[in-house]
Amino acid sequence: MTLKKLAVTFALGSMALVTVGATSVLAQSHVNSPDPSLGAPSVSSAESHIGNMTGHAGEGKQLYRRYCIGCHGPDGNGEGMNAQWIDPKPRDFTEATFKCRSTPTGTLPTDQDLYDAITRGFVTTNMPAWKPLTPQQRADLVAFVKTWSPRWTKGKAGAPLDIPAETPITIESILHGRELFQRLECWKCHGPEGHGDGPSAITLTDDKGNPIRPYDFSSGSRFMCGTTNRDLYRIFMTGLDGSPMPSFADVVKPNEAWDLVHFLRTLQPLKTQEADLWMAYRAAHGADLKPIGPDAAPGGQ
Amino acid sequence: MFKRFPNRAGRIRKSFARPLVTCALLVMAIVICDYQTASASPTSKVMAIPAFARKYGLPCSACHTAWPELNNFGMVFRDNGYQLMNDRDSPIWQNPSYFPISFRITPNWHRETASNQPVDSIPGGGTGSVLVSHNVTQAGFDLSGMDLWSAGTLYKNISFQLLPSSDPTAVWHFESAWIRIDNIKGSSWLNFKFGRFELDNLVSEKRFLFLSNNGGIYQTYHFNVPGSINDFGIGDNQIGIELSGHDTNSYTRYSVSLLSSNEGGVNLTNNNLPGGTASSRSYDGYMAFTKAFDLGSWGYQEFQAYAYVGQRPTFYQTSQGVPLVGLGNEPFYRIGFAGQLHFKNLELLPYFMHGHDNAYLGAGVPDSQALPAGAHAPTFNGGFLEGQYFVSPQLVLLGRFEKIDVGQQAFASGNVPGNFGNVTAYSVGYRWYPIMFSRAGVAWHNEYSIVKTIGNVPESGDGTGLPPLLPTNGVWSSSVFIGFDFDF
Repeated sequence: MTLKKLAVTFALGSMALVTVGATSVLAQSHVNSPDPSLGAPSVSSAESHIGNMTGHAGEGKQLYRRYCIGCHGPDGNGEGMNAQWIDPKPRDFTEATFKCRSTPTGTLPTDQDLYDAITRGFVTTNMPAWKPLTPQQRADLVAFVKTWSPRWTKGKAGAPLDIPAETPITIESILHGRELFQRLECWKCHGPEGHGDGPSAITLTDDKGNPIRPYDFSSGSRFMCGTTNRDLYRIFMTGLDGSPMPSFADVVKPNEAWDLVHFLRTLQPLKTQEADLWMAYRAAHGADLKPIGPDAAPGGQ
Repeated sequence: MFKRFPNRAGRIRKSFARPLVTCALLVMAIVICDYQTASASPTSKVMAIPAFARKYGLPCSACHTAWPELNNFGMVFRDNGYQLMNDRDSPIWQNPSYFPISFRITPNWHRETASNQPVDSIPGGGTGSVLVSHNVTQAGFDLSGMDLWSAGTLYKNISFQLLPSSDPTAVWHFESAWIRIDNIKGSSWLNFKFGRFELDNLVSEKRFLFLSNNGGIYQTYHFNVPGSINDFGIGDNQIGIELSGHDTNSYTRYSVSLLSSNEGGVNLTNNNLPGGTASSRSYDGYMAFTKAFDLGSWGYQEFQAYAYVGQRPTFYQTSQGVPLVGLGNEPFYRIGFAGQLHFKNLELLPYFMHGHDNAYLGAGVPDSQALPAGAHAPTFNGGFLEGQYFVSPQLVLLGRFEKIDVGQQAFASGNVPGNFGNVTAYSVGYRWYPIMFSRAGVAWHNEYSIVKTIGNVPESGDGTGLPPLLPTNGVWSSSVFIGFDFDF
């Protein structure tokens, strides 16, 4: 066989193999599409809008296959092949229920919320921060994630929560926040010291029945939905839908919410203004403080 | 992973057609089986580097454009010391049964041809036989070398890599072994590595997508002007320390390395296998700076400038002729730039290098002596442009053109043409990942590569490994490679 014949054979063989490979890939790719019976829009037309960017679900679909499918699954239901080993479980996009939102409990998040979640990741889970993806790629992913549930076509995102300016950080604010921590029974799940070891902690499950642990404030500097005081404010005013963490928007006033933020900061192992104030107060008045927990008088310090 | 084959081409060539037909039939059968398997498999089986995929539950396609090549997410993960930075990086979060080891090997069929090889006019040589130029071809089923790769974290912000690697005959060496202290003082700009490691090359030869004898290396990464005693290759792992840093998405990166002047050798020799020559006591330096820009829907565009400055001995302190320590160090340098450009599904990798050796290295004489007449400091310019088109995460088409021109020969002589040692190389191929499980990866790899070298054998060392009879003759060396590249 001459070299020329060999080259021709190789080229034809390669073309045939590429054709077979491409056919195989295409044959698989349709499995990733949302089920039409769910009423989902066609993937190619779905969009997201983040600032000046427009995300396209058609582009996001390829990205989803590359980055997300292992955990969130080919059907977007959080049952990817790795899901069985992951705790907490990956989000089920078909329910369109999201923890980190700027919108009221029970409503859909904004595109920006989903974009922020992809960008930030979830610190206490296997979901990494996807900053290495370009902003456009993240916007495309948001557009595609929204194709998994008909809720996105039947309804709109809720109105983002209006967060008032933060109140001054004072010892009075911290003490009032501590009082709220007791009165709202936050300690039942998060524990008297915020270690996530309250008496109800071991009984908690998410809305799919999976065991879920309350946040341990002593474990680090970041929260699931952000790092700033505004993020913390937003978490307990919107709640974490799908988890036992409710919204307290109807229970506490904005100023009280800031007080609670200031107290929660004292539970973290960080050097903050709140922590400095709290340490100084405890050094002087520690003996006067009533412990948080079932034995404390309602609303007592 | 590269081997030379014996000079038995005449016999082999006559019997070449039959194995080719057999191979073709086998390939067709395998492809049909694969196609059925792939079509029946759920798409979630689209995944890669198993050690990390197993640890974090991410598909390998999350970190790789097409494994083993890293995408930006994989680069950030690597820059962070194999950490996702989500408070789950320390080994205490791992399942006790998890063990961070991956295996990689490639059973394959390949065909190697080299032109203008000096062969005996009478097989076996002997009386009346003279050397004549002839093509030499060899082909058959084969194995690649094997990587036994372990990497991960020893603790939060302390990472490691250990990579024992063998050639196809199971002769082992430590391809890399290092420990790294990550995010010193909480800053991603301060990371300290100690051991034997790959230089911070934007276009990595360790994680690229070509496997054949000729295409399986970047010629530029290992090129030295013919005659020079410099053994440096920027694609070879070096031994020393590295300080590096990056921003949160690795769009800005730097690295500075201090390395022993022994080409990554161990046991204070210039080789990582037994039998190396004693190294000198000097050190080399390498630095690289990388910057990327986001072009919206096109993707990000990344550029790197680098410089390597080193020394090599020109003679040795000896005992009864046995080298003890390299002496008479003379300098050399390599400078250039690289790019990683994205245009949606198309990725282009341009690379350029300028190389310069001291005249004593070029002439191969001790620097305690006078340079011979006609000796010059050899220089060369080399580079390549590689293209990859990602049809999907499971299918990538490959192509590369590479060119090296010797600017200044080590010796100016009437017998040495100006283009002596010049290299021109072409490679095409594709990789198809029919079943890419999250805990393992398989790639069906097809590649054709051809290299022309003037007056010398290609860097890959295939063919018979012999230079042509005349320095003006070009040696065309080609490889056809078909194999299963798998990783567990």
